[in-house]
Formats: sequence, structure tokens, C-alpha cells
Amino acid sequence: MNKRVKLFIPVAFFLAMLGLLFFGLGRDPNQVPSALINRPLPEFSLPSLDVEAPQITKADLMGGIFIVNVWATWCPPCHIEHPYLLEISKREKDISFVGVNYKDSVKEARQFLAEKGDPFKLNIVDSDGRFGIDLGVAGAPETFVVDANGTIRYRHVGVIDNRIWAETFAPLIAKIK
Amino acid sequence: MTKFFLLFVLTCSLPGQAWAAIEVHEFDSPEQEARFRHLIDEMRCPMCLNANLSGSDAPIAADLRHEIADQIAEGRSDEEIIAFMTSRYGDFILYRPPLNSATFFLWFGPALLLLAGFFVVRRMLRQSRAATTESALSADESNKLHAILDSDSDTKK
Amino acid sequence: MVPELGNFALILALCLALLLSTLPMAGAYTGNTLWMSLSRSLSAGMWVFMVLSFGCLAYAFLHDDFTVAYVARNSNSFLPSYYKFTAVWGGHEGSLLLWVLILATWTYAVSLFSRNLPLDILARVLGVMGIVSVGFLLFMLLTSNPFDRLLLSPPQDGSDLNPLLQDFGLIVHPPFLYMGYVGFSVAFAFAIAALLTGRLDAAWARWTRPWTNAAWAFLTIGIALGSWWAYYELGWGGWWFWDPTENVAFMPWLVGTALIHSLAVTEKRGIFKSWTVLLAIAAFSLSLLGAFIVRSGVLTSVHAFAVDPKRGTVLLILLLTVIGSSLFLYALRAPTVKGSASYTSTSREVFLLINNIILVVTTAAVLLGTLFPLIHEAIYGEANRVSVGPPYFNTLFIPLMALLAVFLGMATFSRWKKTSVAYLKQQLWKIAVASIALGIVLPLLLTSDVNISAMVALLLAFWIVFGIVRDVLAKTANKNSFFKGLKSLGLSYSGMQIAHLGMAVIILGVSLTSQYSVEKDVLMAPGDSLTIGRYEFVFEGSVKEPGPNYEADVGTLRVLKNGAQYLTMHPEKRRYYARGDFQTEADINVGLFRDLFTALGDPREAGAWVVRIHVKPFVFWIWMGAFLMAMGGVVAITDRRYRKRKELAAGVRSEAGASATLVTEA
Repeated sequence: MNKRVKLFIPVAFFLAMLGLLFFGLGRDPNQVPSALINRPLPEFSLPSLDVEAPQITKADLMGGIFIVNVWATWCPPCHIEHPYLLEISKREKDISFVGVNYKDSVKEARQFLAEKGDPFKLNIVDSDGRFGIDLGVAGAPETFVVDANGTIRYRHVGVIDNRIWAETFAPLIAKIK
Repeated sequence: MTKFFLLFVLTCSLPGQAWAAIEVHEFDSPEQEARFRHLIDEMRCPMCLNANLSGSDAPIAADLRHEIADQIAEGRSDEEIIAFMTSRYGDFILYRPPLNSATFFLWFGPALLLLAGFFVVRRMLRQSRAATTESALSADESNKLHAILDSDSDTKK
Repeated sequence: MVPELGNFALILALCLALLLSTLPMAGAYTGNTLWMSLSRSLSAGMWVFMVLSFGCLAYAFLHDDFTVAYVARNSNSFLPSYYKFTAVWGGHEGSLLLWVLILATWTYAVSLFSRNLPLDILARVLGVMGIVSVGFLLFMLLTSNPFDRLLLSPPQDGSDLNPLLQDFGLIVHPPFLYMGYVGFSVAFAFAIAALLTGRLDAAWARWTRPWTNAAWAFLTIGIALGSWWAYYELGWGGWWFWDPTENVAFMPWLVGTALIHSLAVTEKRGIFKSWTVLLAIAAFSLSLLGAFIVRSGVLTSVHAFAVDPKRGTVLLILLLTVIGSSLFLYALRAPTVKGSASYTSTSREVFLLINNIILVVTTAAVLLGTLFPLIHEAIYGEANRVSVGPPYFNTLFIPLMALLAVFLGMATFSRWKKTSVAYLKQQLWKIAVASIALGIVLPLLLTSDVNISAMVALLLAFWIVFGIVRDVLAKTANKNSFFKGLKSLGLSYSGMQIAHLGMAVIILGVSLTSQYSVEKDVLMAPGDSLTIGRYEFVFEGSVKEPGPNYEADVGTLRVLKNGAQYLTMHPEKRRYYARGDFQTEADINVGLFRDLFTALGDPREAGAWVVRIHVKPFVFWIWMGAFLMAMGGVVAITDRRYRKRKELAAGVRSEAGASATLVTEA
């Protein structure tokens, strides 16, 4: 190899690295991926938040596309998200919203929903966070889209608002249908 | 903007995430405790910026520590526990990336580079042996250097 | 008013930097002496305005001017005034201002201390530093102005400085770190000037050396302070986590270390020129890369500043301009002619080359590990993200450093040009036997269990130390007294040995701490006790005490040594009023041979607490070793000035020629 050509190796290496860094700028490094995409929703059998309802299992959720929303009253972003969820669940009649009340006080959770409205068809009580771990949850709020076969198709970390619903959830759900 | 705000809210709930998670776990044997420490040292807290399970105060880190402690107490092996965690959180949770085709260069790249470096030394030695000149600086160069350095000194008080 | 003055000073500094980056350079090409000599006054002027600007921001902090957005975000009226001052560099904008102030300081220092440089070289060096200053000043004024006002609705009070940063460690850590980072800009500027003029010779290497040593010493201290701060402030008992922020400080240090060694070869022997100049460019480039990574949020890190993509883009353009163009210049202008010097396989040249290879491979490993999550994501998509953390870095770093230590011990006895293998063997075999014996026996005697890692580390540390001792003794043997002999060694040689001793001390500290620390988290009710080795810790309970801007739970632990009262420790758990943050304040009793580390976890019922108690042998040696290393660098610098004067006195006496004077030094 020509000696002069060799001297271009550092600048070539640097430009490649710069390209990588440019790629890095456009993304959010703090977004943790889910290992459960395209895998079945984990099995569970947990109490319901509704006073007299029996235990809920995965079979109770099946029968169409549904949204699993992990929430808690101690989580400030969940309070921000709640009105949007109410609005969206009223609009999207054919999709059921399932809540996972994550490491929360059952009493406070019931009160919260009674006062502010309940967007959820079913509400699973995950008091010790074990189901959260099975879902690979890192905190709240987190939202999963599950198809009619019970397969997890998408996971969203953080608040859902109308824009996020329209931009990511709605097209995805249309596609699954 | 929402995203940024959200990130802020999410992370502001973990001011303690960078330091000590000080808590007590009971184990049957020192070996179990050592295994526990090793596992929580090598696993990443999924919601933190960059901290392992042992170094994080985040609630999820505490939950995962309890989970690992419970599984150790139940007699699960390290491999089983790691499989349990990666099936839920992906390889992201491992601070020691598993060796596979994607990480081959990560693990062996530096060794290959070191090898290449030693080949360079060998080649240079051969070339040097072939070279006959004794002086490091050519006569012209050393004169120049001398002149420069002397003029340096002269300008000094 | 004052913030506007600061802003104005910043703009004036930019104007002067623009002049500095063009006029002297143009003068150097047209032979205009006036333009070239302007570089000195322009450097001085830029420095004055940066000091003024920095002073204005400090004034805004000290006077609680919360109409300044940056002050409002990073200060609070309850903050003690010394923290108000240090809060100046507690966030992105202010720390950038400190960065540029330090850049201006180095530029001014070069103009002051390089009176003996040929004017055209000085003009180019200062010109290059001017270009870098323009880049950073533009970046600051365009994206991160610390003087931006909140004129519409300024807050009543500031949102307080991050409690983690309310600490002595932070007062000194960033300035030292930046002195190191930015200090490499001098070596960089010398390299670019040499490439521009084509005068890439031994004189260039000689001029570069003291500046490189100085920057390297600052960086060493800066990194050590950062690690010390993490150790006692974060309350986790660790001192290094291979976080991207740590790595980007460590990479310039590794390359800077390589540069120091390679400069020695280039100065003494006139070879490896292209390699040395590349290292000089690389050291500063890695500093710039560090600034980018920490300030763009491209990687997940604990200590990163707030993420703002616009800043990242501007910084990327800055990187492309400064590093890209200098590496391109390097490709065009670096000499391709191999040095014609001859050396044997065990000569000092080769040992220094091996040193360089190991250090550069280490840097490459750290860089690869740091960027790998990004590379992986670029190839496999974000669904399969991976993490690279301490287990990876330790697996690669430790063997590489062990290898480095082995060669370091051998290199101590090597000579320039030619060192016979027989001579090396004769010098080394006793040392080898002694260090292997001591390395194996000592841990067995003291702890009675077989710990291979500790043995290897001890062996390597002894290997280095015995080598230093033997070499110093041999070099002073002919003198009348040992101390006279020591004096005659020369400060450059002493500096080298002090720094190498520092490396041995760090090896001891790191390995003994990681192998022999005892770490316990226990639930302690008042009156409970825990015994670790010779120490018994008795928990006496906790009380609430108010601080200036926080309230603390202060625990009391009585420590008994061999059953007798030894000392009392007070770890704290603080709650800061302004942000509501909790903060663990560990209490650490620092000792030469062990640290006692206590921290409070969470309160439990009946006055009980979860308490963290560590006994960490030799942990202090890590920072002691780093300090020795930095001292070595400083001592070596003092030698250079000293020697120059002596040379003047010696004058024509040394007729032996330049190469002779150059090779006399060990």
C-alpha cells in the first residue's frame, strides 16, 4: 500500500465515527427496548381492582386487540396521561383498555378512578410488581398493544396523548386489523 | 417536547438513582450472597441512565434485586436467572454483553489490534536492522536543531 | 446590566479570537512580522475578556440574579455563597464558559512562556488555538449562552444546584479536568503548526513536551478527583464505573500518556514523527469527542448534561471542522520517510513503542466499548439494544495494564539504540525472583487464602518498584553520598520514576481494594453492632439536624478497634428543601492502609436504619498513586526549564553536537 494512502486511515476512521455519532443524535438513548415484542403476553392470574370481580387471567382479555396500560396513582405522568386515556377509550369503542395497577394502594386507585373516570374495561392489581417484571416494565406509565392472538405487538414507554395515539398507535392498530 | 418533559418527570422521580441502594437481604450461605452481589453488579437498572442494580435506588432496581434474591433462595442457577431477566428485558440488562456474532468484534477486536501492533513492531525491527545509518538525526537535522535550541537559550535572560 | 456586560465581553472575545485565528496565520505566510507579533496581544486580550465574562457570571450568581436563566436553573438564595460561586460551572452553559476561559488561559500561557519560539511558529500555534476558540465561542453564543435572560417572568428563587454538586470535590474537579482536556489543545496546536510548516523535527518535540506534561498532570488530577468525588459523595463505595462520561475523560488521558512517551522518542532520536504528531492530534480530538458525548446526550450516562439535539448538531459540525481538517492535513503533510535510526529489539525505542501500542489498544477498547451500543443499534436496530459496562471494560483493561506493567519493569533498564538481551536479563532476574516470591508469599502470610488476582497484582507492583529502586541505586552508586547521587539524576529522570512509582501504587490500590474489601449492608437498631476484622461498629442511633439548605438525619456509629474505642462516625441522609432530593452523605475515615466507609440507607421502625459499612483496604492508594503520577509530570516539567539555563551556561562547551546533548538524558 502506498505510504501516503495509509496516512488517510485516521481521517477515514474519524469520518466513519462522525457518521455514527450523527446517527446517534437522532435517537433517544434512554428508550429501553422491550424483549417481549412479537411474543405472547405472559400468563397471569391476579385480583381485579373492581370490588367484587373474580381473579383475572389472560383468557379474560382475549378476543380482539387490546391495550394494556401500566399505571399507578403515585406516578405523576400517569395523572397527565389519564384524561387522554379517557378520551381515547371513549373514541375507540372496538379496542378494550386493560389497566395494570402497578405497585399501588388499591384504595387510592379505586378512589382515583371513581373521581376522575375509568377508561379501563378491566383493571389488574399487580401489588408487588411481579407481573410488571414479567412484562419487562421499568416504571409507569407503560403501554402495550396486544393483538387478538395474545401477542404483544408494541410497547410505549411514557405518557400517551392524542398526538402519540394518532401517530403511532392508530396506524399500528389499523395494520394489525 | 412531550417526550422531553416526560423523560424529565420519569427521571426526576429517581434523584437517588446514582447512588447507594442500601438494603438487607438474607441468604443461607456466603456463596449465595456472593452470587447475589455478582448478579446485581453485572445487571443494569432498566430505568436508570447508567447504573447497575446494586448501585440504584430506583424502585424497579429494588424489585429486580428482590426477584434475584428470591430466585437464588429458590435454588435457581445463575444461568436460569440471567435467562429469566433477558427474556423480559433483553440483552440490554446485561452489562457483560453475551458473546455472539454481533459482539464478536467487541470482545476480540482489541486483541486483534494488539496482535497487529506487535506485527508492526516486528516489521519495524527488521527494517531497522536493515538500516545502516547509526545517527538518529541526520547531520543537517542536528545542526538545525542545535541552532534553534541555541537561539532559544540566547533570547532567555 | 452585569450579565449584558458579560455577554458583551464574550462577543469581544469572539472578535479577538477571529483576529487571532486569521491575522498571525496570514502574517506567517506573507512574512508580515507585525501581524505575527500581534498574536501575543490578541491572546492576552482574549484572555482578559474571558476573565471579565466569567467574572460577570460569577457576579450574577453571587447576587442571586434569577433573571438570568442559567442562574435561576442552577442556584438558590439559600445556597452558601461558596457554592453559589462554584455553581457557575454546575451546568452546561457555565461549564462551557469555564472551558473557553481555560482555553484562553492556555493560549495566553503559550504566548507568555514561549518567548524563545521562532515567531512564525508561535504565530501559527496561537492561530490554531484561536481557531478552536472561535469554534467554542460561536457554539456558546449560538446555542448555550449563559447570560440569556428570563425577562418575562423571572422566578422568585432559583431551583437550586444539584445536591450532588454541592461538594468540595466539584469545586475543584471540573477546573482540573478542563485544564487537562483543554491543555492538550497546546500539543495539538504545535502539531498543526509543525504540519503546516513541514518542520516536524526534534525541536518541535522538545517544545511540545512540557505543555503535554502539564496538561497530562492536570488531567490525571482531574480524573482522580472525579473518582474520589464519586467514591465519597455518591455513597456507593465504588470509585469507577466506566460510564461514558468517565471514559471520555480517560481516553485523552491514555492517548496523552502514549504521547508523552512517544514525544520522548521523537525528541531524543528523531523517529516516530508521524506517529507522534498523530497522537498529539488524537489526544485533543478525544477531548473534543468527550465534550460532544457529554453535551449532546448521544449516549446514556449518569452525569450527562441536559439533552438538546441542536447543541449536538452544532458540536458535531465543530468536530468535523477541527478534527476532520487536522486529520486531513495530517494525511497530506505527515512525513512518510521512515526515520533511519537503528535500534535493537530490546532498545528503549522499542519498549516505548510497545508502551504506545498497549496504550492505544487500550484506548481503542475503551472507545469501542463506549460506542458499541450505538454501533449495535445502527446495525441491528433499536429493538435489540445492548449494554456495555464494567464487566466488559475490566475484562479487557486489566490484562492490558498487566502487560504494560511487565514491559514497564523491563524498559526501566533499557537504553537508547541498543540494549543487549544479556544485559537486560542480568539486570532483571533478581528483581523477577524477588517480586514473584513476595507477590505469592505476602498474600498467603497476611490473609492465609489463595487469591490469584491479588498475587499477580502484588507481583507486578513489586516488579515495577524493585526495578525503580535498583535503577536509582545503580545510577547513584558512583556518587559520594546517596543524596548527592539523587540530585545528579536530573528532574526529568526523577519525574519519570515518580510517575512509574505512581503506577505501581495504583495497581496495589485497585487490586487490594477490589480483592479484600468487606462490604456489608445491615439493619441496625440503636445498640446493635457489627464486627469486620479488627473493627467493631456500634450503631448509636440518629438525630435530625438542619443544614443551611437541607435537613439531615445524622447517624452515630462508634467504632472500636481491637475492642478499644477508636473513633465515632456520622453518616448523614440529607433532604434538600428546594428540590426535595435525598442525598446520602457517607462518612469515610480515610487511612493509609484502609478506609472505613459508613452510609445510611433507609430508616426503619424504632430508630433502626439500614446501614452500609465497608472496610476497604488500600483504597486511598488509588488516589495517592494518581497524585504521584501527576507529580512526576510536574517534576519533569521543572527539569526542562532548568536544563535550558544550564545549557546556556555550558554554551559552546558541549561541542559533541546536538545529538549528544539530546541523548545524555536517561
